[in-house]
Amino acid sequence: MAKLAESPRVAIVDHGLGNLFSVRHACNKVGLDAEITFSKKDILHSDAVILPGVGAFGDAMQSLRKLDLVETLQETALTKPFIGICLGMQLLMSESCEFEKHLGLGIIPGSVLHFGSPVEQDGSGAQLKVPQIGWNSIYKAENSDTVLWQDTALDGLSNNEFMYFVHSFYVRPEDPEVILSYTKYGNIEFCSSLKFRNIFACQFHPERSGTQGLKIYKNLLSFFTS
Amino acid sequence: MNTIRIIPRLDVKGPNLVKGIHLEGLRVLGKPEKFARYYYENGADELIYMDVVASLYGKNSLVDIVERTSKEIFIPLTVGGGLRTIDDIRNVLRAGADKVSLNTAAINNPDLIKEASRKYGSSTILISIEAIKKPDGTYEAYTDNGRERTGVDALRWAQQTAELGAGEVMVTSINQEGTGKGFDLELTKKISESVPIPVIACGGAGTTDHVADVVEKGKADAVSIASILHYNFIRHSKLEDDFSDEGNIEFLTKEKMGFSKIQDTSLNKIKKTLIQKGINCRYSKEEMIHG
Repeated sequence: MAKLAESPRVAIVDHGLGNLFSVRHACNKVGLDAEITFSKKDILHSDAVILPGVGAFGDAMQSLRKLDLVETLQETALTKPFIGICLGMQLLMSESCEFEKHLGLGIIPGSVLHFGSPVEQDGSGAQLKVPQIGWNSIYKAENSDTVLWQDTALDGLSNNEFMYFVHSFYVRPEDPEVILSYTKYGNIEFCSSLKFRNIFACQFHPERSGTQGLKIYKNLLSFFTS
Repeated sequence: MNTIRIIPRLDVKGPNLVKGIHLEGLRVLGKPEKFARYYYENGADELIYMDVVASLYGKNSLVDIVERTSKEIFIPLTVGGGLRTIDDIRNVLRAGADKVSLNTAAINNPDLIKEASRKYGSSTILISIEAIKKPDGTYEAYTDNGRERTGVDALRWAQQTAELGAGEVMVTSINQEGTGKGFDLELTKKISESVPIPVIACGGAGTTDHVADVVEKGKADAVSIASILHYNFIRHSKLEDDFSDEGNIEFLTKEKMGFSKIQDTSLNKIKKTLIQKGINCRYSKEEMIHG
């Protein structure tokens, strides 16, 4: 265990919402040293940052503003390995239409949409339970010729791998080139993970997606060790 | 492709996994962590820990078990039983639970659903509804593991919990619970069709076909299973655990036998049955071939 002190330090940003403990357990499981924190200093001094969260977009942004973390996150998102999970992915976008329009961190141009948004339903009438809760497959976006997810956070996963989702909203990045994977929920196809500069963001929960999900945390570790 | 979830439910009393019939007559089956790990490794989509006596004592003794489990098991873990307040909820979430299941406290104080879902997100709050069919065909919600009547109509209560911000509803038919005679399809269907949130069917699975039925006919979004998995695991494992003084372990030391109505099955067999019937679920290709 003495070696743990030398392993990369991950700051898990605590904005008061969601279960951050499973994220920490996943980090520890693969050998990352993780700390749940809302301290600006901890975040700035970490080797990598994870922005997790479930819950409401508006509440989370309000909490980040109150903690004075908006600029810190905007800065670290562009300077070190940064992972956004679920609500954390959504917060990276420009804005969300949850209840009313909310501004996000604005790091990735794009918006956050609700599953039930009439624009997205395409008149299929499919009765989807919202939130989507459960396992769904992620498949490769057709925007690159590279070998499947090589050198991305999804390296080592197979096409159509099952991941665990819990959400009512999803992101739509302005630039489709950033999309790593799509997922279909009924007739709605949405961006389930993306890569933007040094940011990896996913709608699913890798820390709740079994051994396949843990590969994403292992890939973060090997970024530092290889 | 959205999938149907199969969720092993582990009823816990003190340090032991127990199983009852009609939520009573508890039998000690073993250490919950061992079962949890086995199910995790064999394709469980989530796990539920339910402290079955906590409602009597008004406290939750699961925290230690949850903490040990969540460090090793990377699928969603729901914890329930005796959670009364926001503080109780926070304690189990801090121990590593992903969701909490509320019943008694939510019926006594529906505002708890609103407060908890606002604070921790709707998807963290699962409402457990235990129902008994009345002679007039309607269903009444019960609390305290089927011991206390509430006079509340189960269907209306389900709708109300969704409006208050619950993310999921788990429906247990007390009439069917632990009998292996199959789920209450009517109850499950009625509730599933009247709420916009996912519904977990619980109580009664005896065969893999029962599981398929409650998805096809009962319109369940997820199925929670206990007996048919536990007895299978016990039969295939050696008795290595030390059992505490509490509970009735006689049946375990005598003969590892379940009930005649309960088919010996595994998660893998359940999922195979679902897939054969055209129901989507998560599976690993290797398991499907070798299992």
